[in-house]
Amino acid sequence: MALFVPAMCQENGTESTKKFLPGDFVMEHIQDSYQWHITDIGSKKITIPLPIMLYSKHSGFCFFLSSQLHSGKYGSFHISEKGVYQGKLVESVVGANGATKESRPLDFSISKNVVSLFVISAIMLVVFLTIANRYKKNPDTAPHGIQNLFEPIIIFVRDEIAIPSIGVERYNKFMPLLLTVFFFIWFSNLLGIIPVFPGGANVTGNIAITMVLAVLIFIITTISTNKDYWVEIFNNPEIPWFLKYPIPLMPLVEITSVFTKPIILMIRLFANILAGHMVAIVFFSLIFIFGQMSAVAGYGFSVFTIAFTVFMTLLELLVAFIQAYVFTMLSAIYFGMAKVELRHHNK
Amino acid sequence: MVTLGIILQAASTGIGLAKLGGAIGAGLAAVGAGIGIGLIGGSALEAIARQPEAIGDIRSNMILGAALVEGVSFFAIIISFLALIL
Repeated sequence: MALFVPAMCQENGTESTKKFLPGDFVMEHIQDSYQWHITDIGSKKITIPLPIMLYSKHSGFCFFLSSQLHSGKYGSFHISEKGVYQGKLVESVVGANGATKESRPLDFSISKNVVSLFVISAIMLVVFLTIANRYKKNPDTAPHGIQNLFEPIIIFVRDEIAIPSIGVERYNKFMPLLLTVFFFIWFSNLLGIIPVFPGGANVTGNIAITMVLAVLIFIITTISTNKDYWVEIFNNPEIPWFLKYPIPLMPLVEITSVFTKPIILMIRLFANILAGHMVAIVFFSLIFIFGQMSAVAGYGFSVFTIAFTVFMTLLELLVAFIQAYVFTMLSAIYFGMAKVELRHHNK
Repeated sequence: MVTLGIILQAASTGIGLAKLGGAIGAGLAAVGAGIGIGLIGGSALEAIARQPEAIGDIRSNMILGAALVEGVSFFAIIISFLALIL
């Protein structure tokens, strides 16, 4: 980890023709973008251009590489500078009264986060298909190679997360989903910490991706409910009547909790990973800020900064695993609570 | 009271109440998370001292509880950040 920091320090050379803006530096490393910025050599940016795919109502389907946007615009498309669509690709359309306004086409571009999702899926497919094939071919032999690394983790998810929360009868139905969610979140958190390509994209720190995970958990929870679950929310027989009629206080609270639980799953994962990345990047940028004041201060301060950043990255490794564990644990608890057995009082 | 007057005077000249609110909110969130996780850690230590053979169970429950409490403090961080940005 400490070896990567000097490489980044060399980029901002002795002549800093433009001022170092820490806000932009942090934002650039956290946000999604249409090209993958690898490094700067001198003042030349080395980026990997990524394909942009759009469907706009005015021009139909368009495919082009994002390197064509270097001159600022391509056809009628350009990156919006300010306004609602700042930083995103928009199209200039001439309205009915002759004024040009920006309209956002349907954007299916392969952006940085999408490439990172492909990389994570490829890693997961390679790892788990290898393990599954090895178990199928040699069913009763000792595990060999990569099976040794993942078998304890898979058994951990089964014995510590799935069975205590869902119960021994029903847990097998949910195991594929729990394992996928656990390993996807863990691998994407780890990949976000690695600074070199293909790691370093802020996948789980993007609220759209965590929202998809939370919506998936919400849908599966709602599908696997039985009738008593809804009876318990709307007409719980164990609470006094004045909480249900005339104003249904408890049903309102229960319905809010049905929606709040996935929302807080989404925000917890997003905020933890985003905060970890931001802290690491801010510590790095301290070197550049001090280096702008004087080169000696920059090099001298870098010793403390490297120590801090190594500590923060170790903490981020722990957080990567803990957040995957907490997300999977809470999802398993929600799946387990979906099937309710109400005690019916004998009157 | 005097410091409050000075702060309000500075804010009214245009430093930005939003930045002030955002920063104070983030600080309060840190206080909340610190108190919550401190309580969890303290009771975990007491439990380990009472029954050292249960240290494995106690440790995993402590980490789970700390992650959940931190999740709540992140709500406040997100809202302070939104106050700064929006």
